[in-house]
Amino acid sequence: MHAKKHRSTDVPMYSRLNRRGLFRGQRTNRRGLFRGQRTNRRRRALVTITCVTVILMGIVIAGTMLGDARLATQLEQRNQAPSMTHWFGTDLLGRDMFVRTVKGLSLSIQVGLAGAAISSMIAAVVGLLAATAGRTIDRMISWLIDLFLSVPHLVTMILIAFVCGGGLTGIMIGIGLTHWPSLARVMRAEALQLRSADYILISARLGRSRYWIATRHMLPHLVPQLLIGFLLMFPHAILHEAAITFLGLGLSPHEPAIGIILNESMRYLSNGMWWLAICPGVALVCVVRLFSILGDRLRLLIEPGRAR
Amino acid sequence: MVNMIWNMGSWLLMKLLRLILLLVALSIITFTLMNVSPIDPVQAYIGADAMRVGPEQRQAIAEYWGLDAPPLQQYLHWMSALVRGDLGTSMIYRAPVTDVIGERFVHSLALMSVSWIFTGLVGFFMGVIAAMYKGRLLDRLVTGYCYLIASTPTFWMGLLLLVVFAVWLGWLPFGLGVPAGVLAEDVTLADRIHHLLLPALTLSLIGIAPIALHTREKLLDVLSSEYVLYARAQGERGFTLWRRHGLRNILLPALTLQFTSFSELFGGAVLAEQVFSYPGLGQAAVESGLRGDVPLLMGIVLCSALFVFVGNMLADLLYRFIDPRMRKGGAGG
Repeated sequence: MHAKKHRSTDVPMYSRLNRRGLFRGQRTNRRGLFRGQRTNRRRRALVTITCVTVILMGIVIAGTMLGDARLATQLEQRNQAPSMTHWFGTDLLGRDMFVRTVKGLSLSIQVGLAGAAISSMIAAVVGLLAATAGRTIDRMISWLIDLFLSVPHLVTMILIAFVCGGGLTGIMIGIGLTHWPSLARVMRAEALQLRSADYILISARLGRSRYWIATRHMLPHLVPQLLIGFLLMFPHAILHEAAITFLGLGLSPHEPAIGIILNESMRYLSNGMWWLAICPGVALVCVVRLFSILGDRLRLLIEPGRAR
Repeated sequence: MVNMIWNMGSWLLMKLLRLILLLVALSIITFTLMNVSPIDPVQAYIGADAMRVGPEQRQAIAEYWGLDAPPLQQYLHWMSALVRGDLGTSMIYRAPVTDVIGERFVHSLALMSVSWIFTGLVGFFMGVIAAMYKGRLLDRLVTGYCYLIASTPTFWMGLLLLVVFAVWLGWLPFGLGVPAGVLAEDVTLADRIHHLLLPALTLSLIGIAPIALHTREKLLDVLSSEYVLYARAQGERGFTLWRRHGLRNILLPALTLQFTSFSELFGGAVLAEQVFSYPGLGQAAVESGLRGDVPLLMGIVLCSALFVFVGNMLADLLYRFIDPRMRKGGAGG
């Protein structure tokens, strides 16, 4: 009775080969890219991560390799709608929008990378300090976090970009200073949990200083968390970078930042030049989505229990 | 009863103290930043006329705005004026900062409240639907939309809507808060609503995603609990199950998220206003940042902090009123 019921529900999921042999009992995938193959979530995540990384690296490298010559103004080819020669069309000066977009995305990714790296470093330091340096410091830090969360991110970034007097540095610092609080909270919670672990209690009893314990015992444990936090921060960092350059703060209009390209496109929308806004925007959305997929999948690999 | 009022009073007092501390700290930080900045406010004020302004005039301008005094004195001066409710004079609008902020905040508030309510209702509904139909087509549509929107910049969504509704279909106006070329007295409420639609829609479409995802997650938690399993065993399902066991349990977190989302709402409004040239506070923030209007920028920073603080406080307050556990012991106070 039992055996029969088991078969009737599960048989369609097994392939014929699966019933004997090495992978006996392992399900084949029913949908998606790996249909009909025997893979598990982990293996699929690895493949996805590799593909996404290759694509994103490709954009960055292409953006830095493509010479400015490709951006030369060709006035006889201006205002063209997307075609096979110009995938994203051309702008008012006859510049190829696809090249501009790739260059812009490359710049955005680099700025986002720097900003998110600054932010994760701040988060790690602050989180560790809060967890190990005593109650007063902990209170001060949680107040500081509240302070940073009390002003909308975009307003803080406008302020910082203004204070830095424009330029890439202002944007990087702006992203770095606005994104750390939530990750710092995670770091603090993790470090607090570690604090009562046996090996750390023993280490403290043996006379190691708090600084030693924080850097030698806790930090290595927090690295995976930090990496995940860093990657999950990335989409936000790029979106904020695009937003702040869109607002016109920071970079000069000659830089090919993605926000500047989109800001420029606003002026020509009423003339029906939709591709100036749509194509780079779609590319930006794709890149951001790829980064969030990357973060999600990496989390699946590093801490399978907690991923959704 | 007396105890409750006493609790309430002390809670409010604590909140007020925190707010004052926050604003003071924020004003010190922004003021220091402004002083460190390489941008010379006198230069920013003069702008394009730099060639025609001599050193004596510069001196006079600096004196007029009180920029020649040492920083600490400047701060104390500004602070004492702030306590009296005077935030200084905006350099680009040539009007008191409080007036500029007040007038623009009304516009922004209209925009934000419309999209706030819409976002809350629709987002909650979508989250509930997704959770009740978990794994089915509806769920996949909703979560797919949410993840896609989470990677979409607000301003690009605005551009997209602009292309579709203003350029291609021509249904809605291209931007601004009121029709161009119409006297202020002749602008009707319908005109204003007409101009409000696109920015509000932009903000709403973006804002729905986090609310729906959050609601879905909370409801899934509830649905996997044992009391729901028991209710299911008794034959309850569908809408009745949700109304009896789900609604109350997810309402509180949903409301909290709704009130603590003021910060993102403000950030989104900045972008939407910029795209649609909507004359709100966000646009003023961008203008002041671009053109170096220090008093206005500082005023806006403080104002936005106040706005976010009020949101968080309302969330706390709601918690106390809705959740009887918080009321009785006052444990959370």
